[in-house]
Amino acid sequence: MESFQAMLHMGGYGGYVWPAYGVGIAVLVLVLALSLSSARKAEAELEVLQQTRRARRGKDSESQE
Amino acid sequence: MHRFANPARFLRLAKVILPWSNAVAALCLGAGLYFALLGSPADYQQGESVRIMYVHVPSAWMGMFCYVAMAVFSAMALIWKHPLADLLAKATAPVGAAFTFLCLLTGSLWGKPMWGTWWAWDARLTSMLILLFLYFGYMALVNAFDDPERGHKAAAILALVGAVNVPVIKWSVDWWNTLHQPASVVKMGGPAIDSSMLVPLLLMAVGFKAYWISILILRGRAEIAAQKVRIIRMAQIHAAAQGE
Repeated sequence: MESFQAMLHMGGYGGYVWPAYGVGIAVLVLVLALSLSSARKAEAELEVLQQTRRARRGKDSESQE
Repeated sequence: MHRFANPARFLRLAKVILPWSNAVAALCLGAGLYFALLGSPADYQQGESVRIMYVHVPSAWMGMFCYVAMAVFSAMALIWKHPLADLLAKATAPVGAAFTFLCLLTGSLWGKPMWGTWWAWDARLTSMLILLFLYFGYMALVNAFDDPERGHKAAAILALVGAVNVPVIKWSVDWWNTLHQPASVVKMGGPAIDSSMLVPLLLMAVGFKAYWISILILRGRAEIAAQKVRIIRMAQIHAAAQGE
């Protein structure tokens, strides 16, 4: 437990070192989450559009036959 | 169909690369954090505060690296009208802004105990702040037009003009007498830093690069899908107008 305390204390610099790592991880996770959600959203929207287009084309070719 | 040729190749390549870039990022950042926080010694002058370096320095490298990448993609887009280059430049901007912000923030957290101040209008610090504003300007401009093509073009020109700031950042510590120390890793005659500190520094740097590649792929995919959605919507509007 003592070493954990020492780790938190960081030789008196804990108040500077831990926020640096904390904010660093938070910012990288945030950018990753935003990028992931924007990719999923855009690809889902495209998929819906392409499916309706395929369905319509299928119907068109059936009525032509 | 020419428009789809390159994005299709990008999407195929992205599918192969993404698991690898994810794995390299996770491994390097995991190992980097271990060595940065536990496996490396405290500095004889700076004590444990030196551990901020392992976030600060690789973030600074990434801030500049991403800007150079953005400027190169922008030049490719302006000169060769490469259909993917604009999208990749746009995808890089938020990553570069994030790392530049981290560099400034961790620098501030390091500066307080070591220099006695959170901030100084020192040449290195000021030019880095300008870099952050260039990223913000790019991101605002690229989304400022209804026609995305115009936004891409205006933002690409800003990216190229702003590139003059990158060498200013790099050599600011040599050109001006600054509070910030000069380079100790990337310099003539090899790095003046012990391997126990160089290892976590390089692990973090490689991890950040792999992270950038993963984000570039995700944002590139989002941009390509959004572009295809726009093209289909336009075609639908066109068809509806002709049908009337």
